[in-house]
Amino acid sequence: MAKNSKKPPMTMTQKILAAHAGLPYVRAGQFIEADLDVVLANDITGPPAIREFAKMGRPRVFDREKVVLVPDHFTPNKDIKAAEQAKEMREFARAQKIVNYFEVGEMGIEHALLPEKGLVTAGDVVIGADSHTCTYGALGAFATGIGSTDMAAGMATGRAWFKVPPAIRFELSGRPSGWVSGKDVILHIIGKIGVDGALYRSMEFTGDGVANLSMDDRFTMANMAIEAGAKNGIFPVDGRTREYIKAHRAKTMKKRARSFTADAGAEYERTVNIDLAKIRPTVSFPHLPDNTRTIEKAGRVKIDQAVIGSCTNGRLEDMAVAAKIFKGRRVADGVRCIILPGTQQVYLDCVKLGYAEIFVKAGAVLSTPTCGPCLGGHMGVLAAGERAVSTTNRNFVGRMGHVDSEVYLASPAVAAASAVTGRLTDPAKL
Amino acid sequence: MGKAYKYGDNVDTDVIIPARYLNIADQKELASHAMEDIDKDFARTVKKGDIVVAGRNFGSGSSREHAPLVLKVSGVKAVIAPTFARIFYRNAFNIGLPILESAEAAERIDAGDEVDVNFRTGKIVNKTKGETYKAEPFPEFMTELIRKGGLVGYVKNT
Repeated sequence: MAKNSKKPPMTMTQKILAAHAGLPYVRAGQFIEADLDVVLANDITGPPAIREFAKMGRPRVFDREKVVLVPDHFTPNKDIKAAEQAKEMREFARAQKIVNYFEVGEMGIEHALLPEKGLVTAGDVVIGADSHTCTYGALGAFATGIGSTDMAAGMATGRAWFKVPPAIRFELSGRPSGWVSGKDVILHIIGKIGVDGALYRSMEFTGDGVANLSMDDRFTMANMAIEAGAKNGIFPVDGRTREYIKAHRAKTMKKRARSFTADAGAEYERTVNIDLAKIRPTVSFPHLPDNTRTIEKAGRVKIDQAVIGSCTNGRLEDMAVAAKIFKGRRVADGVRCIILPGTQQVYLDCVKLGYAEIFVKAGAVLSTPTCGPCLGGHMGVLAAGERAVSTTNRNFVGRMGHVDSEVYLASPAVAAASAVTGRLTDPAKL
Repeated sequence: MGKAYKYGDNVDTDVIIPARYLNIADQKELASHAMEDIDKDFARTVKKGDIVVAGRNFGSGSSREHAPLVLKVSGVKAVIAPTFARIFYRNAFNIGLPILESAEAAERIDAGDEVDVNFRTGKIVNKTKGETYKAEPFPEFMTELIRKGGLVGYVKNT
């Protein structure tokens, strides 16, 4: 073909998918099969995937380094049934000689753990049997959540089918002020476009404002793309991304990061402009993440529990913000505060940096990494009528416990400040 | 033909099957808790062939395949909604729970209506109201997936 016969411009997501499908061009709506760089599951979704895998007639997984198994949901085992599930996944990992299986003690919350261990990098295609797999978009990877049967097929073949998504561009400008973090930005965006505002679509974050967001901010934002219904959320690869990838490169993964950039003239269904400087600390009221209010409009909401952690906000910066607020302060009488570092490394850093002492002296619980309370599993389940402010990602009916309990989603700063006063609080007003 | 159960927008996977039951491996036991946080009677009264009708973004939230599975195991013949959350959509096809996208059917069908669906034609018949609705046709790829017996069959035969 002649050199000047140019292919139509593509979005960042389309370019990654095209490269992994061995195609020069993919268009929105096209069905493709793509090669997978990482196939991930946890102790809840892993066991059904293992059972489906057994039906597919392939004795071995496609690549024992690219299948990643993390028992993080109901671990350390919350009860006998959970223990049986964890055992099923452990035995499969042993039988298949899975390199990246992380036992309790090494385990962290999967979406905090994989980037930290350098198991995901820019330009990857990642599927995970966990809806928050979209987190890795922060590294410039295409990453999306799938179910257990897709996971099984991914383990068997190293490939998955995708419908190429159309995209929405989020043009970020300015710099977040005060206590505002990536969590406030993404809650603001979900509040603006709705819980199905990006249904089936790719959310591509771009603009000068990206440079003013830390990697931890970006992980938090990409993590919650699914809460707007999106297939994936993705950030451009810049100096910060490269620095992060360099510092977190697994020895087992013999591959180089690949930076893809959206073509000029790529098609977006629409562009949403976000001035980061104008965003205020934001809270999602029950029972949907798009039910947002700025902290000024939150009113007087008494809380019984504060949870700081999760795949959304369990990274070191989140811990640092909480420590800054708790230093020399106490959790209010009648409030339980549970802090869950996302990984063992984050936990260790909390010890080394003195955050652990601050948390314990403040009257908070410092827990081992687990997804437990976020999905009402264990380590902080709510009773009828109780309210939690939580740095997690969902506030659905019954999400953290009793069907008559309530969850208010917020940043680590707002959650920590609220734990101190016993009601939803602007950290600037402490 | 089956009776319609009707729900609102954004029915999420946490209410279809709450996470507190995700340590249960037995499918029938799991299904006995289907929808219980928004409809305590569902699991007790649902019969084979019944239809779930809901508002937009059905199945939002978690990737748990247990959600389409408990509906299938409960005997639900199809779920009709204007739109489905994308992971639920994939999972439903992969495990063989038929779903149909029709804004008109989702709006017109009331709880308790007798409804019949034809997956090949996408025709939805409301016997109670004497109305017929048309669902969006499935993409060719999805039809192929169903023909091969879901994703397990697809992988086995590829």
